[in-house]
Amino acid sequence: MRDRIMDYGLRFTVYGQQYIMDLATLLHDLLFDYTLRTVALGTAVIGIVSGALGTFAVLRKQSLLGDAISHAALPGVVIAFLLTRSRAPLGLLIGALIAGWLATIVILVIIRYSHLKEDTALGIALSVFFGVGIVLLTFTQRLADARQAGLDRFLFGQAAALLQSDVILMAVVGALALTTLGLFWKEFKLISFDPDYAASLGLPVRALEVALTTQLVIAVVIGLQAVGVILMSAMVVAPAAAARQWTNRLWVMALTAAFFGAISGVTGAIVSSTRPGLSTGPVIVLIISLIAFGSILFAPNRGLVWGWVRHQRNRRQLRADAVLHDLYVLGWQHGNPQHPHAVEVLRAMNANQGGVEHTLKVLARQGLTEYSGNGEWALTAVGVQTARLLAPEINDESRPTDNESALAVYGASNEPTSN
Amino acid sequence: MQTQTNALTITDLTVAYKDKPVLWDIDLEAPAGILMAIVGPNGAGKTTLIKAVLGLVKAAAGQVQIYGRAYHEQRKLVGYVPQRGSVDWDFPTDVQDVVMMGQYGQLGWLKRPGKAEKAMAQDALEKVGMAAFSQRQISQLSGGQQQRVFLARALAQNAQIYLMDEPFQGVDATTEKAIVALLQTLRAAGKTVIVVHHDLQTVPEYFDWVTLLNVRRIASGPVSEVFTEENLRLTYGGRVAFLATNGNV
Repeated sequence: MRDRIMDYGLRFTVYGQQYIMDLATLLHDLLFDYTLRTVALGTAVIGIVSGALGTFAVLRKQSLLGDAISHAALPGVVIAFLLTRSRAPLGLLIGALIAGWLATIVILVIIRYSHLKEDTALGIALSVFFGVGIVLLTFTQRLADARQAGLDRFLFGQAAALLQSDVILMAVVGALALTTLGLFWKEFKLISFDPDYAASLGLPVRALEVALTTQLVIAVVIGLQAVGVILMSAMVVAPAAAARQWTNRLWVMALTAAFFGAISGVTGAIVSSTRPGLSTGPVIVLIISLIAFGSILFAPNRGLVWGWVRHQRNRRQLRADAVLHDLYVLGWQHGNPQHPHAVEVLRAMNANQGGVEHTLKVLARQGLTEYSGNGEWALTAVGVQTARLLAPEINDESRPTDNESALAVYGASNEPTSN
Repeated sequence: MQTQTNALTITDLTVAYKDKPVLWDIDLEAPAGILMAIVGPNGAGKTTLIKAVLGLVKAAAGQVQIYGRAYHEQRKLVGYVPQRGSVDWDFPTDVQDVVMMGQYGQLGWLKRPGKAEKAMAQDALEKVGMAAFSQRQISQLSGGQQQRVFLARALAQNAQIYLMDEPFQGVDATTEKAIVALLQTLRAAGKTVIVVHHDLQTVPEYFDWVTLLNVRRIASGPVSEVFTEENLRLTYGGRVAFLATNGNV
């Protein structure tokens, strides 16, 4: 028994040590291990480029366009392979670019020349191109050509297969796209916010839109090798959606999205390197989804939790105001603002708002009400002053002379008065 | 009235969506220095007229001239205030940034707005009574404030002719007063302002010229001459009876 406990403790220590050692090894590998360094750099580049460019896609409500482009890139990749009989990334990327672009044009043509709406056009382009891509892929896999092996990694991506030359290619293309974004920043901002106004100023809106879409295609295409056509759109949408929660400035949003993208790329690369068989692309997408989910819930101001807290606070305040107002109306009807009243009366005046008693106690703690025994409550002197501000329509002149009920007066006091 | 070149001249303008004409053979002349209202029922083509002048909607036929020369040569003389509902006000930017957009045309490529542009933006905001709001997020503006930001953006263009699409749509009384005062300041400075307007009651009070539009041009000229019950009946069909009884026309 004693041995077993010793054993357990030792193991625990060993585990702890191993954990610490693992972190150090990871950091070392990140810097010096060729595979992990290449993969992490590559996924960081993908995250930065797709995060920054995805910002514009999200703001222009083109999130789904990224999805259509990435799925549509598959036939481009396979056809490029069939034509060149080589898996050289440059050729495949150019194929993906052309196919992605073609899909975008198909979408625009469908929208313009049919009665179909944008979502339908996106759905058609996505499924038709992707379907063609899968047919071509299965056809190619039957070919007696060993070089086709590994083409199917474009479906879910295989970051571990990235070479340094691939990463350099991705970085150069990505840097070109980001430089263009920086050079025409104010124009891109304006056409994203108000394209009609941009056109009235004489900006070539159509050309700028084409440029932005091309950049989106580039952002998607450079991620295909590592993340795959199916999940790549998450890298376009999620970092930008997460970043939008944290800021109200466009450039901060783009930087934050790039940062989130890079973080999830590097973290995903590290996590998937710790266990064999963990695919990098899906892990990256899971991490960025967590970031997006967390941002949607917990970001200050725009976060759902924040909004809920604010809503509760407002409701409490409104409830307190209503009770103060009611007590004041009642007191005013009696000619004594501090006249005590039973909780039941107040409850009747607050038909849909429970917790009158609780509210009264909260108000008492603030020194605005006090319990006067027999289940009755009254305003304090301070409470009268506060309540008077809440009921400006009530004054001595408007006091009823006959025996109108408090409820009737209360109802009347809610209507606009002439004074 | 001035006898020199018209600020805006539209000749034979026709616009069609698919096969349906939206504007039919419009002729319009606006002398410099007037406040003109464009009124007409829903679907009369008021917004389309403004968009066609700006080249945002392709005209099937017709010409638009600004101070006697083709629009595309004179673009910088024209300021545009679109309907405020035409953009997403949740866009991540602030008031000053939106107003500075008015100068992107003059600024040119690759240049970033700097101190001079910020000062002009602030100046424009002051004119619409929004000077204190320059750092405000646009998502936090009320409808009237949004409208005034759009006006300030057009002012920052420093144009000669302003085309405004429903600037009074759904704004509060304060904003309405501010806009009317602004229109009068613009006229006093010799600018020409053309406003798509919905409220027939206020036409004689706010404007000195009016164009009655319903796919075709029904009438156009000084309010005192063309804002008649008969012309309104021609524009709106039988739906203006209330105006006659109100005694405003």
